[in-house]
Amino acid sequence: MKNKSQFVYVTYISSSAEKVWNALMDPEMTRKYWGHLNVSDWKVGSDWKHEDASTGDVRLVGKVVEFTPPRRLVITWASPADAQNKEKHTRVTFDIEAAGKAVRLTITHDELEPGSEMERGITRGWPVVLSNLKTLLETNRAMEIKALFEHAHK
Amino acid sequence: MDRVFKALADPNRRKLLDLLRVDNGQVLGDLSKHLDMSRQAATKHLKLLEAANLVVTVWRGREKLHYLNPVPIHEIYERWIGKFERSRLRALYDIKQELEKDYEK
Repeated sequence: MKNKSQFVYVTYISSSAEKVWNALMDPEMTRKYWGHLNVSDWKVGSDWKHEDASTGDVRLVGKVVEFTPPRRLVITWASPADAQNKEKHTRVTFDIEAAGKAVRLTITHDELEPGSEMERGITRGWPVVLSNLKTLLETNRAMEIKALFEHAHK
Repeated sequence: MDRVFKALADPNRRKLLDLLRVDNGQVLGDLSKHLDMSRQAATKHLKLLEAANLVVTVWRGREKLHYLNPVPIHEIYERWIGKFERSRLRALYDIKQELEKDYEK
């Protein structure tokens, strides 16, 4: 294994696998709990980009590596400045499994450079995004994402 | 949420979380080296942490890696901290860190 770091985040959501899967891509959903849109045609090998929902600025780019609804989504993940620099591309895997009456959503973020700005950003960001997604799906309303991110990014 | 508080109520389990925060993705053997307890005891503590979703395990070949999962702690934070308090609490925390750092010197 290369000298790269990996983080694993898990949340249990009282919802269906289909709803959780849909929430990863549906712009109306991601706008609410993530403040961003994930834009792609979601074909394996296609590009995807992560856009700020209010400004349209592209924050992240990558490729779709695996797309198996409603179980597994794998994407590469890089800042737009590193779009051509494959060495800097990290990888995010979303796994959705049934867990009793709930669904277990696991986010594995690997291929990270230890100590990098990206590592710092995602370790603050994922817990916010996951708990906000859980809140949205379970209560039908999201926390105000902007306030959450402003805090997380400080 | 009961499980999370129960899991956090033990200093050894908090130590395990601290160890994972410094170096995420460790095997039991590595974690045990830093703990004053048997492997069996450490396994029991890790099981409780896993049941509370504070630790997530991933198999890599025959190695079981342990990862700190801060999502349940974030949920606690969301429940009791209002959005207008966040920046003030952050500032207060930063001041405390800064002052205590100097004091220790």
